[in-house]
Amino acid sequence: MMINNFFILLRQELLISAIIFILLFIKLGKDRSNESILHVINLLLCLNFAAGFIPMLEGELFNSMFATSKLVVLEKNILNLTIWIISMQSYAWLKTHQHVIEFYILLLTSLLGMFFLISSGNLLMFYLGLEMSTIPLAAAANFDLTKRQSSEAAFKLIISSAFSSSLLLLGISFIYGSTSTLIFSEIPMHLIYSPLQIFAFILLVSGFAFKISAVPFHLWTADVYEGAPVAVTAFLSVVSKAAVLFTFTALLYKVFTPMASIWYAILILLSLATILIGNLFALRQDNLKRFLAFSSIAQLGFILIGISGSSQQGFSSLVYFIIIYVFSNLAAFGVISLVSAVTGKENMNDFKGFYKNNPILSWVLTIALFSLAGVPPTAGFFGKLFLLMAGAANGNYWIIAFAALNMVISFYYYLKVVKAIFMDENEAPMQTIAIPTYPKVAMLICVAGIILTSFVTFIYDYIQSLSISL
Amino acid sequence: MSQGPLIPILLVSTGLFFIGMYGLFTRRNMITMLMAIELMLNSVNINFVAFNKYLFPEKLNGLFFSLFIITIAAAEAAVAIAIIINLYRSHQSIDVDDATEMKY
Repeated sequence: MMINNFFILLRQELLISAIIFILLFIKLGKDRSNESILHVINLLLCLNFAAGFIPMLEGELFNSMFATSKLVVLEKNILNLTIWIISMQSYAWLKTHQHVIEFYILLLTSLLGMFFLISSGNLLMFYLGLEMSTIPLAAAANFDLTKRQSSEAAFKLIISSAFSSSLLLLGISFIYGSTSTLIFSEIPMHLIYSPLQIFAFILLVSGFAFKISAVPFHLWTADVYEGAPVAVTAFLSVVSKAAVLFTFTALLYKVFTPMASIWYAILILLSLATILIGNLFALRQDNLKRFLAFSSIAQLGFILIGISGSSQQGFSSLVYFIIIYVFSNLAAFGVISLVSAVTGKENMNDFKGFYKNNPILSWVLTIALFSLAGVPPTAGFFGKLFLLMAGAANGNYWIIAFAALNMVISFYYYLKVVKAIFMDENEAPMQTIAIPTYPKVAMLICVAGIILTSFVTFIYDYIQSLSISL
Repeated sequence: MSQGPLIPILLVSTGLFFIGMYGLFTRRNMITMLMAIELMLNSVNINFVAFNKYLFPEKLNGLFFSLFIITIAAAEAAVAIAIIINLYRSHQSIDVDDATEMKY
C-alpha cells in the first residue's frame, strides 16, 4: 500500500525524472540531428502534459514532507503546459544550438524543483525545492555561450538569487528557533507576535519578493531578462514566477494565518510600489524583452493586490490569472523568440511596419498585448477584474482605484508597441519570417487560450471549487 | 531549559551575516562576492546548530537543515564559478564594474 501510494502521489515528479533520464540516455547514444531530438522531446513533453489529466489521489508522503491535493495537481499541470509551449516556441533557436539536450535537462531539473516546491509541507523541503529550481536556471541563462550579455545576466541571476535565499534562510532559522518546528501544519500553533518572529517573517517575505521580483527587490529582473536567451526569459517570467507565487500564497494563507494583519500591510505596500515602478519604467524601454520584464513586474503588482484579499477568492483569482498570464505572456514571447532567432532583432524600432510582411505574427503579438493590458474581449480583462475584486474584499477601495488608474498608464505602453507594428512607417520593414510548425502550434494554443479562457466559465468555477477546500 | 551560551553564539552569527552582506555590497571582485555569500550562509548554519543544541536537543531538525545548506551552497558555488569562468572568457576580467552592459 505504501509503495503504491508512493508511485501514485509522486507520479508527476517521477514522469519528469523519467524524461530527464531518457534525455541522458539519448545524449549517451550515437549522435543525432537536433531536429530528431527536438521531435522526441516535444512529443515527451506533450505526453507528460496529457498524463496530468489522469485523476490523482490526494495525500501526504515522507512524514508530511510532501503533500499533494487537487489544486496542487492543477498547478503542476499549468506548469507542464507552460514548459511544453516554451519548448515548441524555442524550436527555431534550438535547431542550430550545440547543446540541445543539456538545455532541456537544466529546464526540466528546474521544473522538478518547482514541483517539490509547490507540494512541500516542510521548510526543509521548501528550501530544497526553491534552490533546485533556481540553480539550474542560472546555468540556463548563460546558454548563449558566446554572448557577453548572457553570462552577465547569469551572474546577476545567481548572485541575487543566492543573496535572496540567504535572507530567506536567516528567516527560516529564526522561525525554527522560535517555534521549534519546521513542519507547515505545526508552525501556526507556535506563532505568537514576538518581535523575533515578525523579523523572521519579514526576512522570509523579502526573500520571496526577490524571487517574484516585487519592487524594492526587482533590480535584477530587467537585466537578466534582456541578457538571457528568450526561451529562458519566458521560463523565468512565467514558470518560475508562477511556481513561487503559488507557494508564497499557500504559505501566507495556511502557515502565517495568525500574522494576517502584518502580511496584509506588507502586501499592500509592495503591490502599490510594484505597479507604479513597473509601469513607469516600462514606459521608457526600447528593447522588447526589457519592456516585457517591466510589464511583468507591473502585472505582479496586480497579483499581489489579489492575494491580499480574502483567502479563497484570492487563491482562485491568482490561479485563474496565472493561466491567462501564461497564455498571453507566452504568445508575446513566442513572437519575439521567433523574430530574434531568425533576425537577431529585439528593439521596438525594428518592429515598425512589422505588419506589412508578417500579418500573422503581428496579430498574435497584438492579441497578446491586448490581453496583458486587459482589454475586455480578451481573457486578461477578466483576470484583472477578479484579482481586483478579490483585493476589494477587505474594503480598501482607494487601492483598487489606484490600480485601475495604473491600468490606464499601462495601456499607453502596450498600445505603443501595437502602434509601431501597424501604423508606423518604416523604409526597410522586416522581411517575411517563415513560421515553423512547432511555433505555429504553440501560438495557436496561446491565442486559443487567451480567447477561450475568457468565455468558458467552467475553468473559473473549477478553480474556485478546488480552492474552497484550502 | 538551560540556554547556555546561546546569546553569544547568536551575536557571532548575526555579526557574520552582516559582515557577509557588507562584503557582498562593497567588493567588486566576483569571487570575493561569492565568498561573502558563503559567509552569510555559514552564519545561518551556526544559527541552526545553536538552536538545535541549546533549545531543542531532542530532535535533529536543525542539524540536518545545516547539512543540506552546506550541500546546496557547494552546488551554488560550482554553478557560480562556472558562470564566472565563462564570463572571464568574454570579458577578460572578473570585476563587476566591467560587466555593466545592461542598465536601465
